[in-house]
Amino acid sequence: MRERSIHLRNLQNQAFVVCVVLLSVLSIIPLAFILYQILHNGIASLNWEFLVSLPRPVGEEGGGIANAIVGTGLLIFLASLLAIPMGIAAGVYFSENSGSRLSYWGELSVEILQAVPSIVIGIIAYEWVVKPLHSFSAFSGGVALAIMMLPVIARTTQETLKLIPYSLKEAALALGVPYWRTLLKVVLPSALSGILTGILLGIARIAGETAPLLFTAFGNPFMNWNVARPIESLPLLIFNYATSPYPQWHTIAWGASLVLVILVLGLNLITRIVTARWKIQF
Amino acid sequence: MGTSAEQYEGGRFRIADLPFRLLGKLGAGDDGAMQERLFRLTLLLAAIVVVGVVAATLVTLLIGSSASLKAFGFSFLTGTTWDPVSGVFGSLPFLVGTLVSSLLALLICIPFSLAISLFLGELFRQGPASTILKSAVELLAGIPSVIYGFWALLALVPIVRQLQIWLGVPPYGVGLFTASLILAVMIVPYSASIGREVIALTPAELKEAAYSLGATRFDVVRRVVLPYARSGITAGILLAWGRALGETMAVTMVIGNANVLPSGLFSPSNTMASVIANEFTEATGSLYLSSLIEIGLLLFLVTAVVNVIGKFFIRRWQTT
Repeated sequence: MRERSIHLRNLQNQAFVVCVVLLSVLSIIPLAFILYQILHNGIASLNWEFLVSLPRPVGEEGGGIANAIVGTGLLIFLASLLAIPMGIAAGVYFSENSGSRLSYWGELSVEILQAVPSIVIGIIAYEWVVKPLHSFSAFSGGVALAIMMLPVIARTTQETLKLIPYSLKEAALALGVPYWRTLLKVVLPSALSGILTGILLGIARIAGETAPLLFTAFGNPFMNWNVARPIESLPLLIFNYATSPYPQWHTIAWGASLVLVILVLGLNLITRIVTARWKIQF
Repeated sequence: MGTSAEQYEGGRFRIADLPFRLLGKLGAGDDGAMQERLFRLTLLLAAIVVVGVVAATLVTLLIGSSASLKAFGFSFLTGTTWDPVSGVFGSLPFLVGTLVSSLLALLICIPFSLAISLFLGELFRQGPASTILKSAVELLAGIPSVIYGFWALLALVPIVRQLQIWLGVPPYGVGLFTASLILAVMIVPYSASIGREVIALTPAELKEAAYSLGATRFDVVRRVVLPYARSGITAGILLAWGRALGETMAVTMVIGNANVLPSGLFSPSNTMASVIANEFTEATGSLYLSSLIEIGLLLFLVTAVVNVIGKFFIRRWQTT
């Protein structure tokens, strides 16, 4: 390496630090813009009326997103019902039988499942549920979201169980506690915070998903509680209203965006609090 | 081992015991062998379901796209005409659209995510600036795709349109370039968070050795940190690319939805994911639907491969 003057090298070093700081700051500017615009435009349309009333046809003033809020809630509930028990059980299996062939394929499957584009999951749920039942439905949307949630929960459960010391399990087994009771009453409760984190992360992941719902839950301008019928959700409503040519619908989409952002970022915040408050320590 | 569920709990009812009690009823007071077997069976079934979902996904996509596979074969990948009316389906415009938009996004994203990784992993590892940046990046990762799309549609598209007028190209506003911009914003958090982790793990001894030889911070980053973290950073970029390939909503909203080969950086186009999102519910005829499912199959395979390679890089870095 050729000898260079120390001044030149110091200058180069300062330029480097400035560059890094500048680029870092630049990259969070879009975030500031997005949050500002959602807050600015969303606050205007957000009121109690907006949250509890149904959408009105174009041209009529007012209207709300009650059906989408109910729909998102119902879809999250359905997905959780399917994915949480399955994900936890699979995670327990992978951690209890690590090294087995099924665990190897299972872990690979979790990785692949986490990477599958959400639109492909929409196709799958369409083929599995919508086609046999001949109708778009809330249930098919729940299945699509459950497929997205499953790997998150299985992965976090497995990772959390890795942190539980083996001596804890040994102690329970040595006292004559059957294996299944050891897992249910000793191991899983001590891993509760990690599993809870996984569940929250999973819900945060699916709450904002649109693509898998396009041809499963499909959307519905009316209030619907029936899982066999099409249902509206917040992201779907934002997509349909944002791409419409009517400024009045854009206002509603901003309001819905604000509600969705509060929901998703709130879930992320709770997740962080849970991880910080109940850290697994032994 | 003779304790049955009822004796052990002393009759108190707690919600947390519910699954256990249900299992207890099934075991009907024997020594628990039944519960044991049931429990293990449940775990096994769940594990099989996870593997089964992936296998069934592949099979479903293969069956769904069989009509298109049979009708077009390899020419599906090279055909440039996508014409539902006459029933000719070639996916090259979407392959090109996906490749160009995701690679351009990656190109835009790399300097920024590398800067964030260095900022958080090397230059300012603690302190308020680092906390703010870290939270901001996490927020960025949490915002739903459809909201990025909405924002891009109302804020980014007019800016790009101004740029196009200034450059003297047709001012569509929507198109490949706009899609790449919003994609870049969306994937920065993925590569940045992985980059930060590997950069932060560079052994202090290596850095100290370089400093003691008179290296500046820049020298240390260039000659010690970056070479050490190279495979981890590569993995982060690959995983971000996987995200960009499959990203649907934001892209669908700003790419312009033109089913022709893009002629330039600004031209309206379509990606594999966006064409499925746009046309799946409107697909009349089994060949049309089957062609869209084949695009889904391609997307599934490509993202799976990219991600497995990315994870492989991370694992290699973890073992060395």
